[in-house]
Amino acid sequence: MSDEFVERLKSVGIELDSKKRSGSFLQEDQVVKTVSSFFAGVEVMSIKEALEKYDWLEDYMWRAIDVQDDYTAEVSEEFNGYFIRSLPGAKVEIPVEACLYLKSVKKQKVHNIVIAEDNSELNIISGCVSHPTATGMHIGVSEFFVKKNAKLTFTMIHRWERDIEVRPRSGAVIEENGTFISNYVLMSPVKLVQMYPTAYLRGKNSKAIFSSVIIAREGSVIDSGVRAVLSANKSSAEIISRAISKGGKVISKGHIIGDAPEVKGHLECRGLILNSGIIHAIPELEARYPNVELSHEAAIGKIAEDEIFYLMSRGLTRDEAISTIVRGFLEIEIKGLSDVLKREINRAIQMVERELL
Amino acid sequence: MLRVVNLSVEVNGKRILNNVNLYVKEGEVYALFGPNGSGKSTLLNAILGNPSCKVVSGRIMFKKKDITNLPTYERIRMGMGIAFQNPPKIGGVKLIDVLRFCAKIGNFSEDKIFEFAEKLNMRDLLYRDLNLGFSGGEVKRSEILQVMLMNPDFVMLDEPDSGVDLDNLTLIGRTVNDLLRDERKSGIVITHTGHILDYIDVDYGIIMYNGRIACIGDPRDILKAIRKDGYEGCIKRCLMNL
Repeated sequence: MSDEFVERLKSVGIELDSKKRSGSFLQEDQVVKTVSSFFAGVEVMSIKEALEKYDWLEDYMWRAIDVQDDYTAEVSEEFNGYFIRSLPGAKVEIPVEACLYLKSVKKQKVHNIVIAEDNSELNIISGCVSHPTATGMHIGVSEFFVKKNAKLTFTMIHRWERDIEVRPRSGAVIEENGTFISNYVLMSPVKLVQMYPTAYLRGKNSKAIFSSVIIAREGSVIDSGVRAVLSANKSSAEIISRAISKGGKVISKGHIIGDAPEVKGHLECRGLILNSGIIHAIPELEARYPNVELSHEAAIGKIAEDEIFYLMSRGLTRDEAISTIVRGFLEIEIKGLSDVLKREINRAIQMVERELL
Repeated sequence: MLRVVNLSVEVNGKRILNNVNLYVKEGEVYALFGPNGSGKSTLLNAILGNPSCKVVSGRIMFKKKDITNLPTYERIRMGMGIAFQNPPKIGGVKLIDVLRFCAKIGNFSEDKIFEFAEKLNMRDLLYRDLNLGFSGGEVKRSEILQVMLMNPDFVMLDEPDSGVDLDNLTLIGRTVNDLLRDERKSGIVITHTGHILDYIDVDYGIIMYNGRIACIGDPRDILKAIRKDGYEGCIKRCLMNL
C-alpha cells in the first residue's frame, strides 16, 4: 500500500491497526482484501462467507430495505460487502472499521448486513474512498438490525472524486429499547450522492439519531434525506443535518412519521451558503396519532456580518473569524458517542474545514 | 491616547455622526450619555472600525497613529477593547474559544481565563455556546470577562449596567473599577442609567445628541441635570452656558 493510499484511508477513519480497532474489513472494487476481528464479541466477515456460514442470514437479506429501484436490483444480482455482528451481551466499544474502496470498476456493488444482538453494543466506522482517477459508481445496500436493548453507532465518512456517483440504500430495524446512532460526513467533491436511509422503529422505547455534515462543492449534487418511521409506543427519532454549499447543490430532506402513540421526533436542518450554491431543505412531519410530538426547524443563510465583526473585535482577522464561525456551524453535539468516534468525526470535519476555507 | 477629529459617519446610507470631536488623554475615563439613537454606540463602533459604520469625513487617531482605515483586528491589537451592549449569539462557538482569543490579545495564560471567570462567576458557562441561552446578566459578565482578558489600554463599555440586577451590577461595577483604576488606561463608558458610575471614577461626562457632542462637563453634574431636566432640558442649559 502506498503512503498516499494509507493517508487516504486514515482520512476516512480507517487505521488498519489492531490496537485501535476491534475488527477490520477492506474491499477493493468487488474483491474483499482484508477481514479480521480482534475482539471475541464481534464477528467480521465478507457477506459471501457469512451467507455460507449462517443459513439464517438469508432471512435478513432485503428485510430492512426492498429491491426498490434499478440500483438495488443490480445489487440483488451481484454483490460483495461485509457482515458485522456483535454477539448477545458483547460490548464492542472500540470501533470496527469497514472500508469500501472504489478503484477501477464501473460499478461497485455492495450489500452489507450489520446486526447488534440483544444487549450488545457495537461501534462501526465505515470509510468509503475512491482512487483519484476513479470515475465509477458506488451502490451500497446496507441493512442494520438493532435488537432488544442493543446500541449500534454507525459512522460513515465519504471521500470521493468529482466524477463519481454514489447511491447508498440503507434501512435499519430497531427493536425494543434499542438505539441506532448514524453519523455521516461527506468531505470531498463528488458528482452525485443520492440517498434516503430509513429507520423503522418497531420496538417500544426504541430510538434513532441521525446526524450529518455535508459539504457541496462546485459541480456536486448531494441529495440526502433521512426517514424515520415511528411505529412503536414511545419510540423517538432525531434527525440533525448541517449542510454547507460552496458552489454545489444540496437537497436536504427529512421525513418523520409518527405512527404510534406517544412517539417523539425532531428534525433540524441548518444550511450555510458560502459565496454561491443552492440548498433546498424539505422537512416533512407526518402524524397519524393525536398524542405524538413532532417538530422541525430549518434555517439557511450566510454568515452574519455582525458575528464576523464581533470576532474581529476579539482580535481575529476576517478570515479567522469566518473559519471560527464555520467550525462552530459544523459542530454537532452527538449524544451517546464514544470518545474514539468523536475524535474520528472531529478529524474528518477538520479536514473538511481545511479544504473549505 | 485617542483623538477623534471632525468625524462624520453613515450607517446604511444614513448620517448618524456629525463632526464629532473628542480627545481622551492617557488615564482619562469618559462617561457617554445620550438618548436612544443619538449615536453613542455608533461612535464606539466607528472608533473600532465596524465596516457598517462608513466614515464620510474626519479621522481617528489612536496612540498618535491614524487608524481611520485600519481593520478592526489591528485596532484591537494596538490596545482597544470593547464590551458590547448586545453581542450576537454564535452557535457552536464556545465562550472558552472566544476567551482564548481574548487572552491571546492580552498576553494572558490559560490559567488567567479560569481565574477571571471565577471572579465573574462565569465558570459554569465556559463550555456553552456563546450567549446562547445566557441571561441578561450573564451576557454582560461575559463581555466584561472578555475585555479583562484583552487587557486593553483603551476600554470601551457599551451599557455594561443595562438590564442587570443589583448583584450583577455590583460584580460588574467592581470588576470594571479594578480594570480602569490602572492609570495608563483610558476609556469611554456608555450608560443610560448612570448606575455604573457608583462604582467607577469617571473624569468627564459627555452628552451626545443627534449625532453630535452637545456638552462636556463633570459627569456627576451632567447626570444630575439629566435626571432633573431630561436630555432636552440639560442640553438647553448647556447651550446657554456656552
